[in-house]
Amino acid sequence: MQVVAMKIYEMTALELRDAIIRGEYKVEEVVSAFLERIEKDPLNCYITVVKEQALEEARKKDKEIKEYTPDKVPPLFGVPIAVKDNISTKGIRTTCASRMLENYVPVFDATVVELLKQAGAIIVGKTNMDEFAMGSTNETSYFGPVLNPWDRSRVPGGSSGGSAATVAARQVPLALGTDTGGSIRAPASYCGIVGLKPTYGMVSRYGLIAYADSLEQIGPMARTVEDLALLFDVIERYDPRDSTSVPPKFRPSTGRHLQELRTIFPEEISGLRMALISELMSEGIESEVSHSIMRSVEIFEKYDIMVDEISIPELRYALPAYYIIAMAEASSNLARYDGIRYGFSSGAPGKFYDVIAENRRLGFGEEVRRRILLGTFVLSAGYYGQYYLKALKVRRLIKEALDRAFKSFDILISPTMPILPPKLGERIKDPLTLYLMDLCTVPANLAGVPALSIPCAFVNGLPVGMQLMAPPFHEDVLFKAAYIFQKETRLYEMSPPV
Amino acid sequence: MSVGPETVRHIAKLARVKVEEEEVAKFSEQFSRILEFFNELDKIDVSNVEPMYHVIPLENVLREDKPSQPLDVEDALKNAPERKDKYFKAPPII
Repeated sequence: MQVVAMKIYEMTALELRDAIIRGEYKVEEVVSAFLERIEKDPLNCYITVVKEQALEEARKKDKEIKEYTPDKVPPLFGVPIAVKDNISTKGIRTTCASRMLENYVPVFDATVVELLKQAGAIIVGKTNMDEFAMGSTNETSYFGPVLNPWDRSRVPGGSSGGSAATVAARQVPLALGTDTGGSIRAPASYCGIVGLKPTYGMVSRYGLIAYADSLEQIGPMARTVEDLALLFDVIERYDPRDSTSVPPKFRPSTGRHLQELRTIFPEEISGLRMALISELMSEGIESEVSHSIMRSVEIFEKYDIMVDEISIPELRYALPAYYIIAMAEASSNLARYDGIRYGFSSGAPGKFYDVIAENRRLGFGEEVRRRILLGTFVLSAGYYGQYYLKALKVRRLIKEALDRAFKSFDILISPTMPILPPKLGERIKDPLTLYLMDLCTVPANLAGVPALSIPCAFVNGLPVGMQLMAPPFHEDVLFKAAYIFQKETRLYEMSPPV
Repeated sequence: MSVGPETVRHIAKLARVKVEEEEVAKFSEQFSRILEFFNELDKIDVSNVEPMYHVIPLENVLREDKPSQPLDVEDALKNAPERKDKYFKAPPII
């Protein structure tokens, strides 16, 4: 059957891999097609592009392919991928979008990067982000903001803004992001793609440059749910080098999420119990956003699912608890940057601690310094109990409240972001208004549960994301629900004007 | 609670981040408002609640006491702004 040739850059990762296996395209052709798009990028998605390296790798793959029988070809063979710039890549500059690490070149690969390489993926570059992942709009980057592909006067969401925008703009089919308080889901929502924050401990954090250890996870970003599951299957592995990695016995579907999607039964879907979270549908949520979510959940009725509503009052305290914990952990994690062993050195004369303090003043941007200082404050003598310890107690209450909710429901639904993508400069002026944007996303990080954002509507040409949360280790349920939702809405076919 | 300029200077010292004088006033105003937002937590009763440091139960991970290949000295020094021989060069401490 002869079909009209689809443009390479419009293809999904699964389609690309199949086309490569069938011999329709050489890996080099595929990689070149995407690199060409990246070279013309008007959105500032990348901090570093590794063109020559990617092309060389592609040519190697074209020779290698003969060694595989079609059923033994690695899962991401020849598929280009972008990696957020806080994930260590051996020999490729990894900056965290900070002046502090502007020239830092890791001497080892993060575990996820090793896994990508084993799976045959080809890394094309390192994506722009909020500095040290601290921000929700991608405006704190030392390398300038990423622009929203749907409207370049607006923010793409953050902190994984480059990863989301580059996938949405068809510059690459897949990307890795990281999510500490919504940093995968927020930009996925604002750029109109799918993103998953996995259960805490499912994906190794070895080689991830830490911001807030107890909250963050690396996760997949893609245009379709199938591609999302494909990438998750590659990176979701037990890793003895990460002491918080979840042992294999708790990973029921390891490596099989995609396969399970393909053999899905309608009965599996109609049995799912879903509820909207009242607290995340009212105060602080723009009415266009909540209306979009209300209309979207009606789609599940086709599968005989009546979406209920549940009130979880504890969620009102999620934002302050989250910011106290995240800042406290940040102040501790970022204490390592002294500009002596690696990182920005001011060259200022003076004594040890004065030089370090000067390196840190000039090496870190304003938001990073703000969080280090506030984190230091909430951990300092006299305030530790009032702020940090209290936040940890509230964290338990939130976790327990969600556990209770998950006794009655398999999936909890809310908007991903409380407002439509704001204009550049609109929210960044006042840190507090910036923090309020994370209202719906932080509960999943505090409780360690998986959460997925999927495009559900467009309002004035801007995408709206719907968030699905499930109990720990139940990514499979999220994929299934998102898959049928995608099948009914087909919003992944929408292409931004890039 | 309000965070005065003295407090900002004190925590900047603890955090080893130099703060310029003109920034002290700005941070002091912002920190006061952010802490007010944190004080929302005073409205929830947490007596008899244990703090939660990690969401998944962590077990001690043990391994055999076998040496593995450490980072190569040249690799470790690769990103150092200043070095001398096989060492990082640091500013004088006293």
